[in-house]
Amino acid sequence: MANFGNFCLLLALCLSLYALIASLTGISQRHSRMNKSAENAAYAATGCITLAFVTLVYVLVTDNFAISHVASTSNRDLPVFYKIAAVWGAHDGSMLLWVFITAIFCGIAIFQNRNRYRGMMPYVLAILMTDLSLFLFLNIFFSNPFNRLVEVFPDGTIQQFLPADGQGLNPILHHWAMVIHPPVQYLGLIGFVVPFAFAMAALLSRQLGDTWIRTIRRWTILTWIFLGAGLLLGGKWAYVVLGWGGYWGWDPVENSSLMPWLVSTAFLHSIIVQERKGMLKVWNIILVVLSYLLSIFSTFLTRSGIISSVHAFADSNLGKFFLIYMIGALFASLYLVIDRRTYLKSERRLDSILSRESAFMFNNLVLVVACFAIFWGTMFPVLSEWVRGTKITVGPPFFNNINIPIGLLLLVLTGVGPLFAWRKTSVKSLRRSIFWPVLISCITCIGLLAGGMRHFYAVACLTLCCFVLVTIIEEFLKGSLIRVRNKGENFLAAVVNLTRKNKRRYGGYIVHFSIVLMFIGFAGNAFNRETTRQLETGQEFGIGDYSLKMTGYQEGQTPNYEYGKVVLDVFKNGREVRTLMPETRIFKTGSRQTTTTVALYSTPKEDLYVIFAGMSNDGSTFEIKAYVNPLVYWVWVGAAMMVLGTAITLLPNKQSAVGRT
Amino acid sequence: MVARMKFIFGGVVIIAALTWLGFVGFEESKAYYITVDEYSSMQDSLQGKTVKVAGDVVSGSIDRSKPQMEFIISSGNSSVKVRYIGNDIIPDTFTEGSKALVEGSIAPDGVFQARHIEAKCASKYEAEYSDRTSQ
Repeated sequence: MANFGNFCLLLALCLSLYALIASLTGISQRHSRMNKSAENAAYAATGCITLAFVTLVYVLVTDNFAISHVASTSNRDLPVFYKIAAVWGAHDGSMLLWVFITAIFCGIAIFQNRNRYRGMMPYVLAILMTDLSLFLFLNIFFSNPFNRLVEVFPDGTIQQFLPADGQGLNPILHHWAMVIHPPVQYLGLIGFVVPFAFAMAALLSRQLGDTWIRTIRRWTILTWIFLGAGLLLGGKWAYVVLGWGGYWGWDPVENSSLMPWLVSTAFLHSIIVQERKGMLKVWNIILVVLSYLLSIFSTFLTRSGIISSVHAFADSNLGKFFLIYMIGALFASLYLVIDRRTYLKSERRLDSILSRESAFMFNNLVLVVACFAIFWGTMFPVLSEWVRGTKITVGPPFFNNINIPIGLLLLVLTGVGPLFAWRKTSVKSLRRSIFWPVLISCITCIGLLAGGMRHFYAVACLTLCCFVLVTIIEEFLKGSLIRVRNKGENFLAAVVNLTRKNKRRYGGYIVHFSIVLMFIGFAGNAFNRETTRQLETGQEFGIGDYSLKMTGYQEGQTPNYEYGKVVLDVFKNGREVRTLMPETRIFKTGSRQTTTTVALYSTPKEDLYVIFAGMSNDGSTFEIKAYVNPLVYWVWVGAAMMVLGTAITLLPNKQSAVGRT
Repeated sequence: MVARMKFIFGGVVIIAALTWLGFVGFEESKAYYITVDEYSSMQDSLQGKTVKVAGDVVSGSIDRSKPQMEFIISSGNSSVKVRYIGNDIIPDTFTEGSKALVEGSIAPDGVFQARHIEAKCASKYEAEYSDRTSQ
């Protein structure tokens, strides 16, 4: 089976290299049959990689421990669900997942556009195949998941080695969010290759009209939502598995995926300015290039061992290839932008600072500054070592100091942006549209202060959330009421039809609404409380409105791990609400690693988050750590809402489909 | 043109303010990243500074009997005694033989007081078999 997997990968590499050369030949000789052949080779490569991926899943499910990847990430008693997830349980398998998703994306992008942009497609194909070949090459020769275990005897003979059982999946990956987080995250990172390929192809073929922009806008939205969902799933996993009470820690690997998300968020806004006003053309191409390079940078950071991180894979020697590729791609694209700059002239100037364009530009500015600051903070240990020879790391205060004000600024822009008109907004109309949002958010602010809230950022954040919320409601009301008046629809139908008629705009508002919900959740961070107690059975302690009484301790085992659970009855204001059982597990495979499992009582107002941190040697007292984290619930609700809103913007518009045929 | 100047001016103000905030945060949270060897040889110059030291947790050195856990990390010939004074729970991956990254400063009694511990056994997890691997 391992041979078959390797064969598929090698064949795919040959095919993708052939597709690359064929499309280049097709371009230089203007040979359309060559282009067709390149296209077919690309589909065949996608097919081979799919087979290789299925093979890896198969050897994992059938416990083929002769293969190193299987032996080190799986074991016989592992549930099938986790055996499949073991594909991305270690570096080499996750690399195959990366290659697989790249191949699928390339296949779809090529198939979808094969007849649409004839002149551009050979270039697109060449760039996609360059990317695919690079990752395939690294996958086959530097991180091959089909490598077999062998034993070297003292006399120099080498023999195959078949262990009786595998080492098991890393226990901290035993969680539903960890099963889906890596694939979703990869979908989000890898997708940027398609917009990049189109942008470069447009530059190379000098076809810089606005039609191709539409294709990459949809791709970017799709990629953007996958990456956003991936980030939030990772946060969810960290929250319920790592047990430190939070969901975001400014860890280098987290940062590295946030950066392309920020830049693509900027792009999704500034592309509207290009569509409507023909401005920011160079800037948009730069954002597309940056999103792509940052997504490669993200995998570089995780796989090169250059930055130590809890998430990073073991050091591997892939780093230099990624580095060379990134630098090459950066200079090639910069050269192209400069060389083709006459095609990228702005059609208009900024007319007024109080305009929709200007709001979008400020939004772009702060998003890119946030990305830059995060890059700086993440890479500072490396940079300071180069410059001064000492490695200096920076912590969360640096990231928070910069990003909290940026977050608030973005909230302001989210609120006022839609109120501004294109070109120029008269102060009079602005005053009219801003009246209710300002009034209601001022009342909220006074209410919060009167209620005893004194944390500056939290008050500011909640006030601004309220401001944005009112502007969004106002937008929906305005549109719906016109429909009610003109078409006689009932109000609810009017809201639905309004959204259906302009999915981009109103779907976008729903995404804005989801961001507001998340910011409400972030503001809750200011009021987190925690306590650690040593308890004996029968004792109780209080935190916030809760009191927790320990009623017992249970031990037991499953095929994979032994567990110990502390049973705690939770009372809220004297009334019993829940029994929580925080747990520690000792896994039987590998190095008998211990993991803690968080017990959570989540309500819209706050989360009660309890961990069983250890037991005294004589087994009489139990260390319990409890957190009360207000409003975290809304981060996850916001996440779901964000996916929904984005899905609405991506739904095909009936009219435009008719218009196209 | 006036609008463009206003935009540039606004941008400069925002960036300047953020740079200042970033600088404050940087000073507050910077930590020198050093090896166990460097730590042993330059103890005096590290007084009062926040440092991060990485090393392997020495087998048998984890002492949980005291109110604050103590352990020893080493690399090569040098070792550092560490006392954990932080609030967060000790990461699951922290075990004897794992790689640990501790952040903190030197206490008056010469013991390293760690406020944060990061531990990584993932590399060990993969390394165990890799010695035997080949194509």
